Amino acid sequence: MDIIEKKGKKKKVLLMGKSGSGKSSMRSIVFSNYVAKDTRRLGATIDVEHSHVKFLGNLTLNLWDCGGQDAFMENYLQHQRDHVFANVAVLIYVFDIESREFDRDLVTYSAVARALSENSAGARVFCLIHKMDLVQAEYRQKLFEERSSLLKERSEGFDIVVFATSIWDETLYRAWASIIYTLIPNLSIIETYLRRFAEIIEAEEVVLFERTTFLVVCHVSQQGLGNPNDDRFERISNIIKTFKQSLSRFTSSPKSAPQFTEIELRAPRFSLFIDRLTSNTYILVVVKPGESDLNTAKMNVKIAREDFERLDVTGDGKKPTRTRESSSRMELEAEDDAGRDAEY
Amino acid sequence: MASLLTTPARREKPEESGAWRNKTPAILTLERFMQDQTDPENPNPSPKFHTGRLPNNRSGDGKPRLLLMGQRRQEAHPLISPRRSGKSSISSVVFHKMPPAETLFLESTARIQKDAVHSFMDFQVWDFPGQLDFLDPAFDVDYIFGEIGALIWVIDAQDEYLDALMRLNNTILLLQQHYPSINIEVFIHKVDALSEDYKFDIQRDIVQRTQDELSDAGYENAPVSFHLTSIYDHSIFEAFSKVIQKLIPQLPTLEGLLNILCSNSGMEKAYIFDCISKIYIATDSSPVDMQSYEICSDYIDVIVDVSEIYGWDRPGRAAEEAECNDQEAESVIRLQNGMILYLKEINKYLVLICIMKEESIKKKGLIDYNCGVFQDALAQVFGLQRT
Repeated sequence: MDIIEKKGKKKKVLLMGKSGSGKSSMRSIVFSNYVAKDTRRLGATIDVEHSHVKFLGNLTLNLWDCGGQDAFMENYLQHQRDHVFANVAVLIYVFDIESREFDRDLVTYSAVARALSENSAGARVFCLIHKMDLVQAEYRQKLFEERSSLLKERSEGFDIVVFATSIWDETLYRAWASIIYTLIPNLSIIETYLRRFAEIIEAEEVVLFERTTFLVVCHVSQQGLGNPNDDRFERISNIIKTFKQSLSRFTSSPKSAPQFTEIELRAPRFSLFIDRLTSNTYILVVVKPGESDLNTAKMNVKIAREDFERLDVTGDGKKPTRTRESSSRMELEAEDDAGRDAEY
Repeated sequence: MASLLTTPARREKPEESGAWRNKTPAILTLERFMQDQTDPENPNPSPKFHTGRLPNNRSGDGKPRLLLMGQRRQEAHPLISPRRSGKSSISSVVFHKMPPAETLFLESTARIQKDAVHSFMDFQVWDFPGQLDFLDPAFDVDYIFGEIGALIWVIDAQDEYLDALMRLNNTILLLQQHYPSINIEVFIHKVDALSEDYKFDIQRDIVQRTQDELSDAGYENAPVSFHLTSIYDHSIFEAFSKVIQKLIPQLPTLEGLLNILCSNSGMEKAYIFDCISKIYIATDSSPVDMQSYEICSDYIDVIVDVSEIYGWDRPGRAAEEAECNDQEAESVIRLQNGMILYLKEINKYLVLICIMKEESIKKKGLIDYNCGVFQDALAQVFGLQRT
């Protein structure tokens, strides 16, 4: 049963845009652990570079990084039209904000959108307006709105989502996390599990990250605790990924290695830890300050690990876990009480 | 030797104090405006913070000053945008946490920019505009150099630096005559784009030229040091660390304390960092390698950034917080290769970061206790109240 399910979960993602707009740089940062600075070394992409990214167990992204020079574009749109645009799950189209011929970019984009609507009408389209760091901060919003309304007009009926991105800050992670979010198959199950888990351990916030990309898979926050930082998840992705780079330099281990097993922080206003949950995910838990809350939460992550592992690998862990869940919950509560008693 | 010979000259200084007296009040007020003093009508306000005795501090209680200087902008080519040596970028990146990429948008400095940096010790950073000529008699040289602890001279390594070098030499000679105790730190800046070999060639050339000039003028062993820096990596923070360390009279005591801490808790390396500027104040006496410094400095970034995200003020939690508030932040990272990074907040400004093996953290109680003792000792050294 597992094998059949796994086969169906390969999603084709097209990455397109004008030559030099930053497609490959983006891909290297998100999926190959480059830092923004390293992307200077990348050359132009010739034709299409295929890569398979295993993402969260049974989801595999089949990423087509399409070289953007005019000759290639023409080739995709004419000779390889059926081949390139068939069975696409997601099209990501990258625009360079500094491009001097935006009108021409729009024409190419429309042609691509038309080809896509003919061959895979159910695809989702995301447009990234890239290199936003080159615009001064006060003009960014205005320029972004201008461009995105223009793009929406030319999308050939696709309901597109537009992001302003830059490889130099966390906006890149925000865009990619939202794109990936639409692709994860059993997200609703993961989300309900995570919500229950968060309730049991009385956490302020629980966030699930994918292991290699450190993109947010799913997050749950306690009701009524309005954290003023809405962009916190992508900021954490960015912080941890940058730190992983420094760690790989420090330990002189390959960049793709996991680098750390656990991060723990006790601050006056909160306690937080990041730990490995399953083979593909890390979990971040924020709890109230104090030794006992942190330690019980840590212990509970250990207990829940097995259940999440099952969910991650097979995609449905419904039947066997229910009983385990209730038994582990009792354990948790007992643990919790013990912690409280010790405190007072 | 040089300092002994020149000290009398410094005490006399007849021509300078004379010049000060000969000026009309109007000129003096104007000068104070030019020098951006907070209260121009009331010259030389008394310093408010106690910082301990410092090398070039006659009154013994002023803020130590760091003076940033660099090459003059080339006025000969009004059409070509002049190259800037990067002084303002340095102070923005180091003391204001500005991302290096954003320094492109900085305006050029037109007058003396004073930054008071409040940290474990208060000090001032003066950003001295490149086009001002302090040798001009209109400037009160004594006011500028009177209390500075270190002069940081920034040279753009990617530019023609001979002219800048000449000004640097003039400045060094002037300082050697009148203020021999000022440390002169030369930052050979913007080396990020240069190849390793070329970098060291430039450094050798600059050092050689400066030393020649100094020995021609008869000064040996002048307190001049050279650093290769760039705002795009850690080198600028490391250079600043070395500059600041020279200004801390308690440095040997701190090193001794860290040595004791390391040997008694099984740590491999320990640093005390200034949290805001990521400058390290002291470390134990085992050799410093760049990697461990970098990882510690990045560790602080992670902790500060994450705390910023989750450390917001939660209403209705005041009661619970009260019991935890007296506790300092603490953090542990376990690495894949078995090493442990341990961070502990010492006070508002300082953090202790230790690198150790996995075995050591098993005795967590011992480490907690030792760090507590260390914290108390540090409070005594700095005369701070542990709050």
